[in-house]
Amino acid sequence: MGNDARTPDVAASADFKEVQATEQFRELRKRHRSFVFPMAIAFLLWYFAYVLLADYAADFMSTKVWGNINVGLIMGLLQFVTTFAITGWYVSYCNRRLDPIAAEIRHGIEGHEFDKAGNRVGGETP
Amino acid sequence: MISIPAAVDVAALKDTTLLNMGIFGLFVAVTMVIVLRASRNNKTAADYYAAGRSFTGSQNGTAIAGDYLSAASFLGITGAIAVNGYDGFMYSIGFLVAWLVALLLVAELLRNTGKFTMADVLSFRLKQRPVRIAAAISTLAVCFFYLLAQMAGAGSLISLLLGISDWGGQALVIIVVGALMIMYVLIGGMKGTTWVQIIKAMLLIAGAAVMTFWVLAIYGFNLSDLLGGAVETAKNPAVLNPGLQYGKTETSKLDFMSLGLALVLGTAALPHVLMRFYTVPTAKEARKSVVWSIGLIGLFYLFTLVLGYGAAALVGADTIKAAPGGVNSAAPLLAFYLGGPLLLGFISAVAFATILAVVAGLTITAAASFAHDIYASVIAKGKADADTEVKVARRTVVVIGIMAILGGIFANGQNVAFLVALAFAVAASANLPTIIYSLFWRRFTTQGAVWSMYGGLASAIILIALSPVVSGAKTSMLPGANFAVFPLSNPGIVSIPLAFFLGWLGTVLDKKREDTTKQAEMEVRSLTGVGAEKAVDH
Repeated sequence: MGNDARTPDVAASADFKEVQATEQFRELRKRHRSFVFPMAIAFLLWYFAYVLLADYAADFMSTKVWGNINVGLIMGLLQFVTTFAITGWYVSYCNRRLDPIAAEIRHGIEGHEFDKAGNRVGGETP
Repeated sequence: MISIPAAVDVAALKDTTLLNMGIFGLFVAVTMVIVLRASRNNKTAADYYAAGRSFTGSQNGTAIAGDYLSAASFLGITGAIAVNGYDGFMYSIGFLVAWLVALLLVAELLRNTGKFTMADVLSFRLKQRPVRIAAAISTLAVCFFYLLAQMAGAGSLISLLLGISDWGGQALVIIVVGALMIMYVLIGGMKGTTWVQIIKAMLLIAGAAVMTFWVLAIYGFNLSDLLGGAVETAKNPAVLNPGLQYGKTETSKLDFMSLGLALVLGTAALPHVLMRFYTVPTAKEARKSVVWSIGLIGLFYLFTLVLGYGAAALVGADTIKAAPGGVNSAAPLLAFYLGGPLLLGFISAVAFATILAVVAGLTITAAASFAHDIYASVIAKGKADADTEVKVARRTVVVIGIMAILGGIFANGQNVAFLVALAFAVAASANLPTIIYSLFWRRFTTQGAVWSMYGGLASAIILIALSPVVSGAKTSMLPGANFAVFPLSNPGIVSIPLAFFLGWLGTVLDKKREDTTKQAEMEVRSLTGVGAEKAVDH
């Protein structure tokens, strides 16, 4: 079997370059990247800020806020909150902004050019 | 209603060995039946490696959570918090936040581009042979380190259950456990192991939930009082503050940074987690499975915070460290304290099933990678039929199993979460730069991929070999020797940036350009999911 289904096909390749150049695909790529890149940078900065504080500002993190609960514990739990929030945000962004346009492009390819490449036709509709 | 024994008597554990083992044996037998039933229609390679792509997002998400919530999470993190206080909590946070890297940057794009293994994606638009071999080698290395940790965890757990504390006895336990695990994989394939993962994940989360509730009930559902209890038992208010383990010197602080970096960047590069994305029919299901697993994993890590401080308060760090299995025995000892031999038997059985299932998943990933990437694509040059490939995969399982058993014997006694963090560092160094570059950087070339993968892999492994983990300290694998010239126990802070740099350098120095049509194909496929294989009924 090797890489059968995924071996790039010469006939299909021309079509993919064409698709890549379309306005619609460029829009999809822009929407995807303009969400995931800033978001990835944001949560990584927040995470490393947390790690650095725990590492080099232990006194600040040890400040008691309520009973035995200190700043470090609250910030740690906030990492959980932001992780859940970003996950939810991403899913709703995909559903609204990415999935419809990706499906359109996919149907375009599968309906017209894809059979020439000897791959499955149709399919993939969820 | 809740009886509180005065202290945990580790010696009393021996009196209940039969009961522990009875509950435990029953569990192993039940999972074996499931594996056998699930494996009945393992016919094609897609069945064996990718479970016929027949799982739904939520099933797969539970299985991913099962893979991820390994002995490291349950035994390791609970133990780390119980003994080192707040610094152990860091593992939970790193392991969880890391999922955002997988969700945002990797999971769906990968699902849309690949077929069975990580190498399928990495070699998509680069030269097949060199990239495939490099990806397969790094997959094998990461799986090996991860397996080592699981075997060490299994050794700790069974030693505690049977009350074996001598080195030879524990080594024998690891050998028996390892042999049992190899059998699971040989029989079950991906479908069998996925079902074991799903069942085990649910039992593990339920077990942890019951224990969390119980611990909180003892402290009147007041987290602050629980923390106060931990301080009282430890006679040290510093257990609530960062720095107990890592705050001692400038070197150890740097080590903490290195650990934090490896944890957050490792997950999205773990081959056995990546391979799980191929067991679902579409990218949308892949996304759904990540969302599920983030929910389950986050919840579980909140439990481990309570369990860790609960063990610190109710069992005590000194008792834990003195027990057979050492720091990894915090969770089972807490179970014994709360619910006696019955709960201990149940929790241990679940923890053991955890290890079993994770080992199965890892071994299958390593075997698939060797059979599919090295044997079928490179040695047989794509001419091997599916039967031979599966046969090679099964033989690889045996070889990898034996290697992991040997490694596990030497790693015995180390904190499991710490050992897994090493696997994360290797994965983040060897795989992540190439995954990210090949998905997002148009200009990326074969030379960049090869430099980054080998450079990252070699630097991570060499630095671990030269670190206090292997030699030079009394907790080292080889305590007698001393060739620890690298002071940090986690190599991530050096090897991960180095691998990213090498990927960039190899690319800009490469005179050859890659095929832009393949780049176009990969980009279009990854974002739209065109032509991605659907669930197949054979």
